[in-house]
Amino acid sequence: MPSAPKSRTGDYRPWPDDKPIVSLNDVHKSYGMVEVLKGISLDVKKGEVICIIGPSGSGKSTLIRCINGLTPIQKGSITVEGQEVNDPKLDKLSLRRKVGIVFQQFNLFPHKTALQNVMMAPVLILREPKAEVEQRARALISKVRLTGKEDVYPGHLSGGQQQRVAIARSLAMRPDVMLFDEVTAALDPETVKEVLLTIKELAADGMTCILVTHEMGFAREVADHIYFTDLGVIVEHGAPAQFFTNAKDPRTRQFLSQVL
Amino acid sequence: MTKRAFRLETEQFSQERFFCRFVDWRVGAGLLVAFALSMAMASAQGAAQQAAPSPLATLVIWMPFILKGFALNLVISFLAMAIATVLGIGLGLMQISLIWLVRAPSRFVTHLLRNSPWLVILFVIMLLLPVDIRLPGNQRVMFPDWIKVTIAFALPVMGNISEILRGAVNSIPTGQWESAEGLAFTRSQALRWIILPQCIRRAIPPWMNWYALLTLSTPMASIFSIHEAVSNAQAGMEAAGARPGLLIPFYLFLLCLFFIYIYPIAVWTRKLERKYAVGS
Repeated sequence: MPSAPKSRTGDYRPWPDDKPIVSLNDVHKSYGMVEVLKGISLDVKKGEVICIIGPSGSGKSTLIRCINGLTPIQKGSITVEGQEVNDPKLDKLSLRRKVGIVFQQFNLFPHKTALQNVMMAPVLILREPKAEVEQRARALISKVRLTGKEDVYPGHLSGGQQQRVAIARSLAMRPDVMLFDEVTAALDPETVKEVLLTIKELAADGMTCILVTHEMGFAREVADHIYFTDLGVIVEHGAPAQFFTNAKDPRTRQFLSQVL
Repeated sequence: MTKRAFRLETEQFSQERFFCRFVDWRVGAGLLVAFALSMAMASAQGAAQQAAPSPLATLVIWMPFILKGFALNLVISFLAMAIATVLGIGLGLMQISLIWLVRAPSRFVTHLLRNSPWLVILFVIMLLLPVDIRLPGNQRVMFPDWIKVTIAFALPVMGNISEILRGAVNSIPTGQWESAEGLAFTRSQALRWIILPQCIRRAIPPWMNWYALLTLSTPMASIFSIHEAVSNAQAGMEAAGARPGLLIPFYLFLLCLFFIYIYPIAVWTRKLERKYAVGS
């Protein structure tokens, strides 16, 4: 069992390709009396892109938030690079260094510029040298095609631009896994494309990505594996080609007929 | 009884709106005209009775004494506000604690301080605090009244600042906490670098409002014969023979004194409120 990286800086042992980097086993989650996840199990291999789709209220967002410990689970096990997330003694810093998350509402820090947003966590939390982080942050901002917007405050950026800064901010922590929680749902149609392009490039670079999305065309194009959830369970999963053309379950077929 | 003689609309008296409604340059101009007229009237009256110096002349004589008192009002207001800000932020942070044992008492103290009449707090503190403090070595140091009164004024403002902080923190969208958490910030790190910096701009206008209210309340200290502006003015009138003709010029002078000091603060507060409303 390779141990989780302990150091606060970027040097860590790479996770082997053959073992699942993220593994969920019989995950249960309830909000009060309402059970939103009823035994979810899935494995994600390194470099894989998986898309979780399903009707609203099917627990997709809850599922993705459980993976980096934002939402605690009641039963089951979630491991990220062998580290158990559902552990009371969880080292949250180590987990969140490995798992980046991007939200539907961007949630950029409005009192900081784009560059400061990207630099904040590595400088303040990981205590990495500022000059080095700045260099990396500028590279990330250019990678998400926002060169020239470094010193702009989030309030003066479009939704798509804000979301790309949010992606760069997450990447600045050099995560091994990226979670995307309906990242294009709050965007204007014309800015959706630029955000999807950024994610596509990220996936092509070999980043392990778990996406909750309503963009079926995008899911079909980038995903290695698609999971369809409804009412807290995984109804069906498979490779996109097979999933979109040859769905077995009637619920999946009904959903696909509505969204495609 | 179905008809009411009058109705109090509480929201008209809430601090935020109170200043806004009356802040206007015409108010200031009107007040100065009224002051000038009263001065003229007073001097006309004074001319009739030749025996004593005119009320205006009396006021001019006593003006330095009153201004010296006003300086104490300012010192009390600065010190009380400083104490209230430091302790109020501490109390407010306790109010948002995740630990019930910290949160519950601080919430109780906040509500107690916010919902007690200032005058009652003033009396309680003046009576509770000792006249002198015994230092080691059996030395006695007097505990001056004006310091006691400063502490007393700080208390209700402290409760309100605690509540301003709690409200400002709660007004920050939960997404800010979540994305901070996702970036490996702990709760206290998120509070320090992400939440509180955003609270400052929201909290500054109400904080300034409370400073204005505090300053306007400092004349209450005259009840405890602390030599601030109002009690000095009263002492001056007494010494000048306590003529009824002195009352209007003396009190109008006090009014103008406080007005000239507070009015720019009120205008500035309103400007900031508007600026931040646009910014958010």
